[in-house]
Amino acid sequence: MIRHLLSGADPDLATATQILDTAAEMATVAGREVKKLPALRGRTVVNLFYEDSTRTRISFEAAAKRLSADVINFSAKGSSVAKGESLKDTALTLQAMGADAVVVRHPASGAPHRLAHWVDGSVVNAGDGTHEHPTQALLDAYTMRSRLGRLAGLHVAIVGDVLHSRVARSNVLLLSTLGAKVTLVGPPTLIPVDIAAALAPGTLVSYDLDAVLPNVDVVMMLRVQRERMNDSYFPSAREYARRYGLDGPRMRRLPDHAIVMHPGPMNRGMEITPEVADSPRSTIVEQVANGVSVRMAVLYLLLGGNNL
Amino acid sequence: MACPPAAQPSPLPQPSVKVILTSAEVQRVVDRIAHQILEKTQGAADTVLLGIPTRGTPLARRLAARISTFEDIDVPVGVLDITLYRDDLRRHATRAVGPTQLPPGGIDGKRVVLVDDVLFSGRTVRAALDALGDVGRPASVQLAVLVDRGHRQLPIRADYVGKNIPTSLVESVKVTLVETDGVDEVKLYGGANR
Repeated sequence: MIRHLLSGADPDLATATQILDTAAEMATVAGREVKKLPALRGRTVVNLFYEDSTRTRISFEAAAKRLSADVINFSAKGSSVAKGESLKDTALTLQAMGADAVVVRHPASGAPHRLAHWVDGSVVNAGDGTHEHPTQALLDAYTMRSRLGRLAGLHVAIVGDVLHSRVARSNVLLLSTLGAKVTLVGPPTLIPVDIAAALAPGTLVSYDLDAVLPNVDVVMMLRVQRERMNDSYFPSAREYARRYGLDGPRMRRLPDHAIVMHPGPMNRGMEITPEVADSPRSTIVEQVANGVSVRMAVLYLLLGGNNL
Repeated sequence: MACPPAAQPSPLPQPSVKVILTSAEVQRVVDRIAHQILEKTQGAADTVLLGIPTRGTPLARRLAARISTFEDIDVPVGVLDITLYRDDLRRHATRAVGPTQLPPGGIDGKRVVLVDDVLFSGRTVRAALDALGDVGRPASVQLAVLVDRGHRQLPIRADYVGKNIPTSLVESVKVTLVETDGVDEVKLYGGANR
């Protein structure tokens, strides 16, 4: 088993499959009267969040608590970080407090990798800059597998701001390990040149959403980051929505079995219309529920044994 | 050193292997436990069989099949995975979690018979009791094992025992079943030749 989870490329096929299988067992706990397992009793998980995030932090917190681990939430706001403490000093402090795992979100790409060298415990990347977000990729893969029954041979379209998306990067890496084919779709300004070759050979790129839709099993819409809208990656929000937003007529071009995913939070009316977001094809609410199960599986597999 | 060279070609003494139960004997023992369960549970009324993986699972299914043959009663069968309740998780590499499947009627208010292959330290059963408490509230819990080899480390005893095997701690008992290993057999490995 791996010691850290920093990238969607970290788990090989066997490990990724083990994580998804374990997550399926963890999911049954949510339906029980006692939603708690004793597996990580006495272990400490630190949520180290340098960026605002509600759903990911709560998801990790719920996952750790369901496994009976002690959870310490550390957010940069109002902490020693605001007073100028460096990441390394913060890491050493957590180390001294006996953290068995550090779940880290950081605005700088690569911060979790640095952190992994400084602490003895496991490091889980909960999103670093515009780089990676591996647990999101795992929960997306889990959602696809539970809805469609398989991952090998699936064709997944990832649509939108690929350039700034850590979700897209981790998904391309993990899905290629799991045998799915990915097509990246978006305006040319938001798809880096050679990204397909750099991440996983075999990944396709398209600038025409309508041409891709009839051939996919999964369409994953990425959030258009409003804060970047003035950076002239595309002329206007309306033009973006017209060409790359998923609306009702576009959704009906999908094969009957195809599902629509979104990592959240959504901009309704921008990359996805309410009709699509609330349709039975949409897995957006499932993805949140699956997030807890998948993060339980990751924490158990990293911390459950004597792997340290 | 004590072994004559002709009998021991290898320099290391070979570990001894002794067959405790043959295939036919395993079947007879399962039949007997099925009868005992019927007897002690008033005809398997309100009774659920829960197998503890790996080999408790097929044993529980076999017991249910035998009970069905003897008395034409369908006893609900389930699987109780205890991995996350073990007290030795940290002593080993991470263990794979298996499925827990409760019968459709659940276990609340039922008489649960836990089924396992070997009863040794009692720690597996302790973990199973903890797991059981988290998935429901049975009226009572009983324990059926194919082999009891002694050396309990906890105050636990079985209600139904296929065979008691006096062992020493250096020996190991290995149960194999057709469903998991291709052959029904119980073997005793190791220890001194006897």
